[in-house]
Amino acid sequence: MKTTWKILLFLLLCFVSIAGISFPIVKNPQAWYEFPFIKGLEENAKIIFFHVPTAWLTVIAFLMTAIYSIKYLRKKNLDDDAKAYAAAQLGIIFCILATVTGAVWAKFAWGSFWSWDPRQTSIFALLLIYGAWFALRSSIESEEKRATLSSVYAIIAFVTVPFFIFIMPRIMTGLHPGSADDTNAGPIVDFKMNGNMQLIFFLSLIGFTILYFWMWRLGYKSIIYRDKLNKKLIRG
Amino acid sequence: MKSYALFKKDISSELRTRYAINALAMFIIVTLSIILFSIGNERISSSLTGGLFWVIIFFTSMSGLSRVFVSEEERGTSLTLQLIAAPSTVFSGKLLFNLILVFAMNTVIAILYSALFNTFVLKNFALFLTSFILSNIGLAFASTIIAAIISKAGAKGTLYPVLSFPILLPLILTSVQLTLFAMDGTSFETAKFELAIVGCYDVIIFTVSYLLFDFIWKE
Amino acid sequence: MIEYSLTVESINKTFGRRLIFSGINFKLDSSTIFGISGPNGSGKSTLVKIIANIISPSSGKLVHNLNGTEIKPEKLHNHIGLVSPYLVLYDEFSAYENLNYFSEIRGISFDKEKVDKLLNKFLLYNRKDDLVKTYSSGMKQRLKFIFALMHSPQLIILDEPTSNLDDEGKEVVYELVKKEAKKNIVIIASNEKTDLSLCSETIDLKNYKK
Repeated sequence: MKTTWKILLFLLLCFVSIAGISFPIVKNPQAWYEFPFIKGLEENAKIIFFHVPTAWLTVIAFLMTAIYSIKYLRKKNLDDDAKAYAAAQLGIIFCILATVTGAVWAKFAWGSFWSWDPRQTSIFALLLIYGAWFALRSSIESEEKRATLSSVYAIIAFVTVPFFIFIMPRIMTGLHPGSADDTNAGPIVDFKMNGNMQLIFFLSLIGFTILYFWMWRLGYKSIIYRDKLNKKLIRG
Repeated sequence: MKSYALFKKDISSELRTRYAINALAMFIIVTLSIILFSIGNERISSSLTGGLFWVIIFFTSMSGLSRVFVSEEERGTSLTLQLIAAPSTVFSGKLLFNLILVFAMNTVIAILYSALFNTFVLKNFALFLTSFILSNIGLAFASTIIAAIISKAGAKGTLYPVLSFPILLPLILTSVQLTLFAMDGTSFETAKFELAIVGCYDVIIFTVSYLLFDFIWKE
Repeated sequence: MIEYSLTVESINKTFGRRLIFSGINFKLDSSTIFGISGPNGSGKSTLVKIIANIISPSSGKLVHNLNGTEIKPEKLHNHIGLVSPYLVLYDEFSAYENLNYFSEIRGISFDKEKVDKLLNKFLLYNRKDDLVKTYSSGMKQRLKFIFALMHSPQLIILDEPTSNLDDEGKEVVYELVKKEAKKNIVIIASNEKTDLSLCSETIDLKNYKK
């Protein structure tokens, strides 16, 4: 990524972080830097700028791991495996962040860090999937076998994801905003955020997404170069 | 039929050597005993009873369902199978074996469980039976494909539960829910969404496994 | 007359970073005996497995043709017979049970006459109902031949065919190879000069290492 873009991304994320944390939440927002109260969230609302993007990105990362797994199985090109691996590395990091930010939010909003709410269960399941995927990879020596078997597992795991995302929250009652018995449809869907809040929120989402893609490109390219160098060293 | 012949071969091998059957039987007895000892004289709630039932099923599955592929790999007879059968035949044959094994195993567990835990009362038995059948099918499908994956990797024993649990989680959660419904006497009408979930799970896992097995089997 | 042909085009195989062989090309038609030689560890068994469709090459392709039509990979197994030191049979079953199951799983009806003839030729008829667990290594080797031939394949691949055999056993094998080669393709991978002397053409894998 060119330097100007990197600087812009840095400034964007700085702005989002500062705005997200420092702008006060008041009942009747008058100034441009004030956020409204949202029923059910109140003071804790600010975490939405960080928690939602991390959850969003871990799912995007998983989607990409699955896509590159499918590509690998079709063409057997190890570059696709490197791309899937880079995506999964970021995916597990964002998954841990999402789980932790979610648990912190849960403590303040619902009273305890963990209560097996369907969405909490889902993010935990995703963490287990990532963990299992890395465990599988580390148990296989041969490059091609490792890529093939982990691609197959990624695809199988991916098809179970719809069960978590869409079905479980509907049938199980939960504390999460937007669950089956929440009378609000959730702050995002209902647009209870005012214009400023929405702006910061979407800027945060965009900023983190660009950051993710940048890190992913760096990740897979470094894996590919490292492998090429290793092969050169042995052939002599 | 070729898959059926492979299934017959596995069954007679099993009956002759009795490796898996003995191990599984002992495992079920030991697990039930441990749970009974830990509970002691405490009375457990019906929802706990329903959940515990599936805990036992999960761990018993983890100890017995990987044998279909792992024993072939460890003995070196995978090569033999590759020489006499197409991948789809191997997959169907092994799947059939695991299906029978799952049903046998879980029926034994269900019978022992209802005998030992008096809170395990099934008011809507038809619902339990339907969900039992659907869930067992899903369990067999998922555990077979994961068994194929780990048979080709290292660290087979410990890796099997690690890989299986995330994949089985939607099935286990819904099955626990359905068991609780059956214990409460809920009607089929109310439970139909959960039954549909398990049904979809079965179909999806089977389709994905069938399509991906060739990649696992041939190196 | 069944015409079988095997075309091997630019086969390379690498395991991770190690090159096993590259640039292998040949074409075989029915009634041939073809040899693959090379020092230990040169990749003979690997090439054998690639030909038998057990593992895939890293690049290049193989085409198996029967009477002019290409055979799909899923259907190849009934046209190929393999004897290899890596082959393992089920030792909890008897020889006869093994062979019976193999026929059923192949989807071919069990040709009792042919199997009995083969058992007699390899001097295993008296032990056909004994568990393979009780067999000596020479007996297991001879049983592998029966496994490879009972379904009348058109492509017969023998990897180290005379290992574990006494002179009498070797004679039986050589006689058999010559007989099968009248109609089918026989490939022999070995280091034994006597094995390779049967071959009309031989490639040495140490020439394919660059």
